[in-house]
Amino acid sequence: MSLTFGVVTFPGSNCDVDAWHAVIDVLGERAVSLWHADHDLQGADVVILPGGFSYGDALRAGAIARFSPIMREVIAHAERGAPVVGFCNGFQVLCEAHLLPGALMRNASSKFVCDWVHLRVDGTNAPIFLDAYAPGQLLRIPIAHGEGRFVADEATLDQLEGEGRVAFRYVDAAGHATDDANPNGAARNIAGITNAAGNVLGMMPHPERAVEPLLGSADGLPLFQSLLARVGA
Amino acid sequence: MTAAAVPSPVAPRPGDPEITPALVAEHGITPFEYEKLVAMLGRTPTFTELGIVSALWSEHCSYKHSRPVLKTLPTQAPHVLQGPGENAGVISVGDGLAVAFKIESHNHPSAVEPYQGAATGVGGILRDVFTMGARPIAMLNSLRFGNPESARVRWLLAGVVKGIGDYGNCVGVPTVAGDVMFDASYEGNPLVNAMCVGLMREEELITAKAQGIGNPILAVGARTGRDGIHGASFASEDLSEENEAKRPRVQVGDPFTEKLLLEASLELIRSGHIVAIQDMGAAGLTSSSAEMAERGDVGVVIDVTKVPVREPGMTPYEILLSESQERMLVVAKQGHEAAVQAILHRWHLEAEVIGEVIAEPVYRVMEGDRVVAEFPGTRLVTDCPQYHPEARESAQYHPEARESAAIVALRARDPHAVAPRAEEADPAWTLAQLLSSPTVASKRWITRQYDSQVRTSTVAGPGAADAAIVRLYVYLDPRTGARIAVAEAARNVACTGARPLAITNNLNFGNPKKPDVFFQFREAVHGMGDACRALGTPVTGGNVSLYNENPQGAVFPTPTVGMVGLIDDVAHATRMTFTTPGDAIILLGETKDELGGSEYLSRVHGLTIGAPPSVDLEGERRLVETLVEAIGSGVVRSAHDCSEGGLAVALAECCVADRDAMCGAEVRIDDLALPMRSAFFGESQGRVLLSTAEPDRVLAVAARHGVPARRVGTVRADPVLVLSLGGTTLESPLAPLAAAFHDAIPMLMTRAATAAA
Amino acid sequence: MPRFSVSIHIVPRKGLLDPQGKAVADALHALGFATVADARIGRHIVLEVDGESAEAARAQATAMCDKLLANPVTEDYEIAAVAGG
Repeated sequence: MSLTFGVVTFPGSNCDVDAWHAVIDVLGERAVSLWHADHDLQGADVVILPGGFSYGDALRAGAIARFSPIMREVIAHAERGAPVVGFCNGFQVLCEAHLLPGALMRNASSKFVCDWVHLRVDGTNAPIFLDAYAPGQLLRIPIAHGEGRFVADEATLDQLEGEGRVAFRYVDAAGHATDDANPNGAARNIAGITNAAGNVLGMMPHPERAVEPLLGSADGLPLFQSLLARVGA
Repeated sequence: MTAAAVPSPVAPRPGDPEITPALVAEHGITPFEYEKLVAMLGRTPTFTELGIVSALWSEHCSYKHSRPVLKTLPTQAPHVLQGPGENAGVISVGDGLAVAFKIESHNHPSAVEPYQGAATGVGGILRDVFTMGARPIAMLNSLRFGNPESARVRWLLAGVVKGIGDYGNCVGVPTVAGDVMFDASYEGNPLVNAMCVGLMREEELITAKAQGIGNPILAVGARTGRDGIHGASFASEDLSEENEAKRPRVQVGDPFTEKLLLEASLELIRSGHIVAIQDMGAAGLTSSSAEMAERGDVGVVIDVTKVPVREPGMTPYEILLSESQERMLVVAKQGHEAAVQAILHRWHLEAEVIGEVIAEPVYRVMEGDRVVAEFPGTRLVTDCPQYHPEARESAQYHPEARESAAIVALRARDPHAVAPRAEEADPAWTLAQLLSSPTVASKRWITRQYDSQVRTSTVAGPGAADAAIVRLYVYLDPRTGARIAVAEAARNVACTGARPLAITNNLNFGNPKKPDVFFQFREAVHGMGDACRALGTPVTGGNVSLYNENPQGAVFPTPTVGMVGLIDDVAHATRMTFTTPGDAIILLGETKDELGGSEYLSRVHGLTIGAPPSVDLEGERRLVETLVEAIGSGVVRSAHDCSEGGLAVALAECCVADRDAMCGAEVRIDDLALPMRSAFFGESQGRVLLSTAEPDRVLAVAARHGVPARRVGTVRADPVLVLSLGGTTLESPLAPLAAAFHDAIPMLMTRAATAAA
Repeated sequence: MPRFSVSIHIVPRKGLLDPQGKAVADALHALGFATVADARIGRHIVLEVDGESAEAARAQATAMCDKLLANPVTEDYEIAAVAGG
């Protein structure tokens, strides 16, 4: 059985095409475009909130997009236990919409950063996204953001770690979560987290830009393959 | 537009200032030009008309000093779909696809407000490309700053980089390449040249030609505010002095609106509801409407009261000359207005009918029922005077060409007469100096701030581009320097495996009324033309930026070349760094005794002297053929052009530029009988360093094209660089070279940057 | 020397396009806050400054705004309050 991915386009989304490319050209699956002003997920099994600068990142990244009509449907979809994933700006929208805890703040360097980083797969509560990765597997995935510093209070951070909800962490090439390997100053080197139920994933890196060796890495592909195996089965 | 039916005669608006010689002069209009204007109108112009003419007859809009020289550039080739004169040039790249591309400068705005100046420069060039119907897929830029030891220069650099990054990142167009150079001559007058490349299907090409009597004209996109109104500070009675201090002159970019405008414009163009579209760029509504009318040879009427404005009380003068960003002028098909508006509204943008294409040969501006400006036919554009300034280079002192005598003398100086510094006994010291020169050093501090991957899927398609520019050569010898600029751009493009197809140029020079400056301009354009003809790469458009001066004089003459090439098979696209120990290193081209105008002399001795290296354009063409064929056959693992810093710097860059995957190298050319400094650091043209596992196949390709080529060394696993030339050996561990190359700019930029001089 | 707490407001210059303010005003309208006529978004800076007097602290803060804190081309600033001492 095949899957339908719904890719949301907010005004200012610009990685929607990257997600489309990954889903349609690389995975050979179906994608539908979900316009921010619509009220219908068009039968999407998986909702992707793509990267970009929704509403120009005015006020706080994701702060205005969370009020889009389509987000009511996305939240309902998530509450039904269906998969929702946000990359970069999509992660910021998920936090603003309270589907994920914490917030994304301006990078510690205060500069936009575009680079390749190493990630370690640390999550254990979301096989729907992570099944095709080995626990602790090292990945090479690009980042491109100005507001990617994940913050939450200590209790929340402890809870995320305790429940296996830190999906990805920034690490060095040897797999260690060092300060030097942390590109934005994120608390505890956190690059991505999941909700308690394990069906909502938000991450700053761009796995959808790492789906072909020609682009420098195919390490993002297993994330999509996990969904295919788990949801599409 | 019924108001157009019986126009009343043109009369000054109540409150308009009186037209005096002083007011005319403040508008930058010469007495000769004013006479021409009065003769054209048959009467005294109104204040609004004076503003319109001052904008359209400015150098920026009219090219009045440069056009006759620009006409000598080659612009034709079978693959050129659209040459100069449009928003952007367009070339066919096969399979029904076409590439639109153009370069433009935002030098003066960036000198005043670097963040917004650079951001709005990016916005403008993006609009030039997507108004042709192309989706922008890549941005490139070429930047020139003064000495980065100055806190103000660092402030300018940080602001420009952030402005480019924030704007391009937000719109979602990757900034993929660029170059940055530093020289004291750019102090106070930085150069910010931005290039955009877009991709489209050939049938989607649309131009900015007003057509179809009765077709409505719409203002589309953002509202019009008082941004960037040239010279509007004076003489307008609406302005009290205290208001004046508050009056914004800089334009502010809004990349979010630009992203919406981009999507809406492409949708509009594909919808078939419109016949023409143009960016409201410099001189805003005035130049876009007048130029569209002139291209279509039709009349137009515009009512400024219909233009959506940001603040109340704007005068026609202000509305016409506003340079508010993210606006477009659209000619729609009659009866399709509502469809156009529906598309814009879906993207949260405005679209209002503000005028009409008319049969009467006139350019007319209404303010409700009142005619506030009217020009016969298209003479507003066509009557702009053209000048043929004097061009002179003389070794003799001349009061009007003060710089040229000095340049002639500098060019005549012998670089070998410059005594080496004591430290130069170890060439590894000199190499480290060059690698840490801000001009050579890694620009990763800058490029990390640009999103270089968004839409990566598209960039890996048929387009490939690189911008190149040649430093000090143009100053010393403009004709040779400009030839080298084009040749080096072609070499850079070919080093990625792409075949060069066409160029866009940005000519940054000083005041054209100075004979020595105009000499540089004319010679550089001729040199560029020579190279473009030899390499088969026509010029499809570009930009001229004159009057780049600071109190010390003109900036170094700086022709920037943006070249677009085509890679047949992206799988064979190469990188510049060595990848595999054991690979053979091959040097294409010949190393000669050419140290003049080199980065070595500039960095180590603070001198810009000597004759620049010679350039053999036929040889460059054959070199390009060799690279395209060798890389296309899949046997080349890396290719890197030898430019600033010569062979030593090029080899070091091949070893250390990718800090995560450095490779050592050993290169020996024992029979190179040249002065040591020329061998290591001379900048002979037409040279490329390749690495390959199949040297014989590469050498065979080079031999077939008649390009000198030899195997000179091997890529090594151990982190050491050994370069032995004519008996002198440079040997260094990679670590200090990598530190010099990678850490120079970050260390510089951790120091304070302030706007205060 | 006494210490003063100096509050500084920095906002985009009047008449200059403020993209953030515009996006926020539009969003507020979309959420039903029809009474919003305009929104401008700037920065609020609080400095702890040692000085002889409140006037001296204010003068110092003004110099800091001119030199670094505000961009004279695009921003206006206001020393909103000087407290303590």
